[in-house]
Amino acid sequence: MAGKKPRVGVFKFSSCDGCQLSLLDCEDELLAVAGAIDIAYFPEATRADDVGHYDLALVEGSVTTPHEAKAIQSIRERATSLITIGACATSGGIQALKNMADVKAYTAIVYARPEFIVTLDTATPISDHVKVDFELRGCPISKHQLIELISAYVAGRKPQTPPHSTCIECKLAGHVCVMVSKGVACLGPVTHAGCGALCPGYNRGCYGCFGPKETPNTASLSGQLSENGASAGTIHRLFSTFNVNAPAFRAEAKAHAE
Amino acid sequence: MMSQSHRSTRVIAAAGLDEIISSLAREGYRVIGPRLRDDAIIYDEINSAADLPRGVLDEQSGGRYRTYREGEAYFGYVVGPSSWKRYLHPPRQVLWRADDGEGGVSIRAEPIAGERYAFLGVRSCELAAIATQDRVLMAGAYGDPHYAARRNGAFIVAVNCGRAAETCFCTSMGTGPRAHGGYDLALTEIVTGENAAFLVEAGSERGQSLIEGLSSREANDGDVEAAVQVAARAASQIKREIDREGLSELVKAKHDHPRWDDVAARCLNCANCTMVCPTCFCTTVEDVSELQSAATARVQRWESCFTTDFSYIHGGAVRSSPVSRYRQWLTHKLGTWHDQFGQSGCTGCGRCITWCPVGIDITEEAAALRGG
Repeated sequence: MAGKKPRVGVFKFSSCDGCQLSLLDCEDELLAVAGAIDIAYFPEATRADDVGHYDLALVEGSVTTPHEAKAIQSIRERATSLITIGACATSGGIQALKNMADVKAYTAIVYARPEFIVTLDTATPISDHVKVDFELRGCPISKHQLIELISAYVAGRKPQTPPHSTCIECKLAGHVCVMVSKGVACLGPVTHAGCGALCPGYNRGCYGCFGPKETPNTASLSGQLSENGASAGTIHRLFSTFNVNAPAFRAEAKAHAE
Repeated sequence: MMSQSHRSTRVIAAAGLDEIISSLAREGYRVIGPRLRDDAIIYDEINSAADLPRGVLDEQSGGRYRTYREGEAYFGYVVGPSSWKRYLHPPRQVLWRADDGEGGVSIRAEPIAGERYAFLGVRSCELAAIATQDRVLMAGAYGDPHYAARRNGAFIVAVNCGRAAETCFCTSMGTGPRAHGGYDLALTEIVTGENAAFLVEAGSERGQSLIEGLSSREANDGDVEAAVQVAARAASQIKREIDREGLSELVKAKHDHPRWDDVAARCLNCANCTMVCPTCFCTTVEDVSELQSAATARVQRWESCFTTDFSYIHGGAVRSSPVSRYRQWLTHKLGTWHDQFGQSGCTGCGRCITWCPVGIDITEEAAALRGG
């Protein structure tokens, strides 16, 4: 890795901060990460201002305000590579539930002075606004995948974040399938791998934090969940979480609307 | 394979299981056998017969598996989600490591691990599966030395099935339920009330010498007949079948059959069938590099023909549609496997039926292709 370290900026849009904090959670690998890249802008960790051009912009969060819709354009113009991290940035996040609701009615209920609230009617992924070079899934992203992403970026190779089902990770880990052995509702067969099949390892069904996998067959899975006893409401809610705005999950949630 | 004249048939009490386990451990084997974990029978390290799932039975159907307690048998269960593939052809295997040091780039093949396994409780369909993988991974010019070392070092204690699951179809595949060779020892559990006894047959010299160290008695005609009845009972419980007559050519000829679209509408392309299949052998390689280090490793890991990456070549995936992926899997398993390896790729264990989250049944799909 001869030459200058890549200049990296970490940006936050509407989100909980969990994904960018994964960088600080690198713990054992943190020094190696800090040694491999020049973190020029990262409000969670440094006081530096956002100025100049970035080799790599890591973007967390979704676009939910007019201000954000404008800000992402400026970041894109100043970044050679723009990589989005986490469910908010890649699909809209949990806040995209508002896409299916009446936002004005909600703000009127929640805020004493709703006229001060400036928000869009939708929460949308960064890729709806600018060209995105790579997406890292997850709510939150996996620390392991983030390090893999940075290692791959520095080495100039493709990161290994396969888009297949969570079931494959489950089987590699040797977990017993909770859906088949217990009838637990599990989104693993339609969910993008990356977490290492965390929940099935604790005898829980997959919550779909990493969003839809490649070619997901959500209708067939829902049919089986229903046969196993899940109500339409349960199926609707299963698909209405962190990745509700990902097209495959949104359509399946809608098909089971209460 | 030993000659018939060396073969002894003895009877041991249940306590003999501990003698088998401890003598294998004494000989340096890591003993792997059935255990109850997370409500399923899985294969893991065992230290004594107390670790075995005594009195645990299972109920299986398409997309459904449940265990329950009944009786006193040590091996009353039928095959679960694990297979011996996890040990012989593990999910991940480092192939080589490379370093960019002062003397330039150096590449070192991963050393062959010296670990020797003893497998306790290998069913007849599983012996067939191991033999199938042997043909793929050991025969021919491109053998896998890691597999070969583990396979050659392994001691196999087979257990003849006394029960069949609703998903079993070994009889129609010609692989069971009684083991005929491919083992060092074969046990048949004969349960009388609360007492279990085992008919023990040696299938190799090392199996024979292990038997000689056990507390046992000579088997009489009644014992042998009882063991025959155990397997006959399992065989009589088998309801599913695949008609193998001309099947290999048939599946290849049915490329445009409407059934493929029908099954693709149900298929999750989640790859569970290939992961649990004891003969599916496909792998991919991943290069692992570390930050601020010039060291790298190439790791082989289980891959499945149900992913798009599997058929990715320059410019895209050859099998981008789920229908093409299911068709590939079934056509290979029941058809082109014969062209490559001179046999079927299916042993009739039924795992792909039970562990498919939506219960797709290979026997039903094969039958549907035959009609219409």
